[in-house]
Amino acid sequence: MTTSDWPLWEVFVRSRRGLSHTHAGSLHAPDAQMALRNARDLYTRRSEGVSIWVVPSTEITASSPDEKDPFFEPSADKPYRHPTFYEVPEGVKNL
Amino acid sequence: MTAVTADTQEAYQAAFDAAVAADERIEPRDWMPEAYRATLVRQIAQHAHSEIIGMQPEANWITRAPSLRRKAILMAKVQDEAGHGLYLYSAAETLGTGRDELLDKLHTGRQKYSSIFNYPTLTWADVGAIGWLVDGAAITNQVPLCRCSYGPYARAMVRICKEESFHQRQGYESLLALSRGTPEQHAMAQDAVNRWWWPSLMMFGPPDDESSHSEQSMAWKIKRHSNDELRQRFVDICVPQAEALGLSLPDPDLRWNEERGHYDFGPIDWTEFWDVLKGNGPCNEQRITQRRRAHEDGAWVREAAAAYAAKHGEATA
Repeated sequence: MTTSDWPLWEVFVRSRRGLSHTHAGSLHAPDAQMALRNARDLYTRRSEGVSIWVVPSTEITASSPDEKDPFFEPSADKPYRHPTFYEVPEGVKNL
Repeated sequence: MTAVTADTQEAYQAAFDAAVAADERIEPRDWMPEAYRATLVRQIAQHAHSEIIGMQPEANWITRAPSLRRKAILMAKVQDEAGHGLYLYSAAETLGTGRDELLDKLHTGRQKYSSIFNYPTLTWADVGAIGWLVDGAAITNQVPLCRCSYGPYARAMVRICKEESFHQRQGYESLLALSRGTPEQHAMAQDAVNRWWWPSLMMFGPPDDESSHSEQSMAWKIKRHSNDELRQRFVDICVPQAEALGLSLPDPDLRWNEERGHYDFGPIDWTEFWDVLKGNGPCNEQRITQRRRAHEDGAWVREAAAAYAAKHGEATA
């Protein structure tokens, strides 16, 4: 197995307690433990994280290549899902 | 797969052009013109190679750093350069070109790295001069790349720029200590600045009227400013910094131009630039030989990691 056969891992870092893990980047490693160690050295050299996830890139299912895909269309025509859609009489508070 | 008709091709191109015009980012799975992809791979690869070749001139001084403090700082900096290389190889990979292929091109001389690393680090002061001038020039070049139209490259640059500012400051501090030290130390700092100044100005690339890729890269918003514009910005930044260091810059023509609101500076020796680029710099051969050797000497580590993973059956992805 050469390095080109090493799986690609997506790295997610939780920057501090209370926040969710965020995608930081990717790296190659032969196994999950090495991926974690490499991710620590690569993405948290300056205390950028308190927790790391590594996920094989091939395990990620993505919505579609094109972000303008009709996949997201159903939400575009429903402005009534947003509070700003509604008119509130002047002077009404705490709404 | 349905065949891509001319109409859809045009629609893709229009969507791409509109995204670039609106200052949106292009992401890996978006359609993009092949020439855009090729330009990015070439630029990101050259950039990645520069980061890892750039480890050599500085690593040269780790064992001889004058104090434990300076040694720890220098090791952290060289480690950062390796990290920067990896961020960039990852960004290139999102365009479909893997690290192995790019390293192979570097090792066989088919892709280049920044010419600046073909100059030797003769004294300890060179480490300071590299931090101040070479990393300073790199930052001037790279800050606008944080807004590059290609998302993964822009994101890698945000990380890199944050870390580069430590590199520049540690260099400046180190040079300041030498400049305020003994007469010999001061002379050593001045000598290093004298040798690194002009090659640093060359880092911005050929003058605008001779730069072959500039115009298209600006249109694609890969590049945001021209070579000459960035070079001028760098000179303007450095002059007062040199004064504060108590060191001079080796250019008799350097003076403030009230009318332009910038410093004028003397002509750059582009013959030297092209010569070093063609492989005739003081260290070209040494840098590539050492890179190849490091790669070959590290083969057993990669093999051991792979064997371990295979034995434990984890490399299933």
